[in-house]
Amino acid sequence: MLLEVTGLKSAYGRIEALHGIDIQVKEGELVALVGANGAGKTTFLRALSGVQPASAGTIRFDGVDIGRAKPEKRVEMGICQVPEGRQVFGPLAVEDNLRLGAFRRKGKDVEADLEKVYDTFPILKKKRNEAAGTLSGGQQQMLAMGRALMAHPRLLLLDEPSMGLAPLLVGEIFNIVQMLREQGTTILLVEQNAFSALAIADRGYVIETGSIVLTDTGEALLADDKVKAAYLGL
Amino acid sequence: MLGEFMQYLFSGLTSGAIYALVGLGFALIYNASHVINFAQGEFVMLGGMSTVFLSAAGVPLPVAVLLAVAATAVVGLALEKLAVEQTKNASVVTLIIITIGASIVIRGAAQVIFDKQFHTLPAFTGDAPINVLGATITPQTLWVLGVTVAIVLVLQWFFNRTLWGKAILATSVNPLAAKLVGINTNLVLLISFGLSAALGAIAGVLITPITSTNFEVGIMLGLKGFSAAILGGLGSPFGAVAGGLILGIVEAFGAGYISSEYKDAMAFVIILLALFFMPSGLFGKRGTDRV
Repeated sequence: MLLEVTGLKSAYGRIEALHGIDIQVKEGELVALVGANGAGKTTFLRALSGVQPASAGTIRFDGVDIGRAKPEKRVEMGICQVPEGRQVFGPLAVEDNLRLGAFRRKGKDVEADLEKVYDTFPILKKKRNEAAGTLSGGQQQMLAMGRALMAHPRLLLLDEPSMGLAPLLVGEIFNIVQMLREQGTTILLVEQNAFSALAIADRGYVIETGSIVLTDTGEALLADDKVKAAYLGL
Repeated sequence: MLGEFMQYLFSGLTSGAIYALVGLGFALIYNASHVINFAQGEFVMLGGMSTVFLSAAGVPLPVAVLLAVAATAVVGLALEKLAVEQTKNASVVTLIIITIGASIVIRGAAQVIFDKQFHTLPAFTGDAPINVLGATITPQTLWVLGVTVAIVLVLQWFFNRTLWGKAILATSVNPLAAKLVGINTNLVLLISFGLSAALGAIAGVLITPITSTNFEVGIMLGLKGFSAAILGGLGSPFGAVAGGLILGIVEAFGAGYISSEYKDAMAFVIILLALFFMPSGLFGKRGTDRV
């Protein structure tokens, strides 16, 4: 088991946002976490990355308890997040954004990795010297993903990669997610776009107001009547 | 006429360079944390006073300067580590008040550890005046201008060419994303305080042979540097330098052509005008964010 979360709770002040989450991700899997706006998806990913404090529960990564590890330590261990809303470093050049993705790796083989990311996202190579803030939404999403890949993720956390993108781009982003998974990257994908996410996921979890209410294979969840009614609008 | 003009210009550039260094210190810390460090002026005072006392104790001047800058940097690091970092998630206003408190503590300590007298240092390379286009300048003026230019170039290189420099910029742009790529943002803040303190100390050492120093000089120099940073646009290192130079020159011409009585008032008139008509300064970011 690459990631094993048990009973994870997290709160904003007195308001508890996560009421004890249990999630497991095996090496090589693509796991989707779907749920409505405000269900706690982003809070959960932030707690995994260590930028949102957990008030209870354990997070084990590759068998090691990382509940108290600092965010930079978790990046070093291979937990890399593409945050909601992309969060690129706007005034910095595209290439600088990518190089900062490899910040914890202290310059090891960064040039080769840059080329790899440019192969995956050719548009980024074309715009390498432009300020990241000038890119379109889809390009910024690619940049945010490329930045996370520069860190050599063992577990890639994707927070709403399709948010705010045109339908055509959504398809492209999901193709890239699938491609990364085929290359062997373990992925935890958080999405409001439940249909697209579950369609490519090995397994899925449904989160509702801070608790996991359903879990099954992606396929089974897609066929589940409750999921259909609540998230797919069918 | 030209001689007079040049004289004022050089005098303005000299104090302007000092304001620029102090303003840079404000900009660095503001960028890393959005905190306005009102202890910045005390760093200037500590640099000058420590050099004076070390050199009086028989330490050769160049060594005394290095030690003074290093000691001030340590004070800056301690301020971040012991006061700012301990507050965890305190609001920016709380942190600003902490820096005001720190400035009072540092000033009081300086009064006890050093003394209340005015002190000066010998000019680094003699006092033989140099004639430039009818103006008479001292070698120390060249030191001030030269060192300021060198520091600006080094900082430019650091922020544009090194990964750590870019990591600091990234932290100021988006602290959350910076943490997510593995940048230790606490360390960035610590570095910023150390660097700002060192810059302030260098300014303090450079200006002491010209204006002399005592335990209270930090108040005025800090406020002038703050005005420079506001005028240039808070958070813009380039703006802080430009703001400092403009401030220095306006002060010098104002003192020369209008009245020297109003020399100190010039800075504050400028800061008021900037806040009324150009709140984001000459080179600051406009207050808009693209979401």
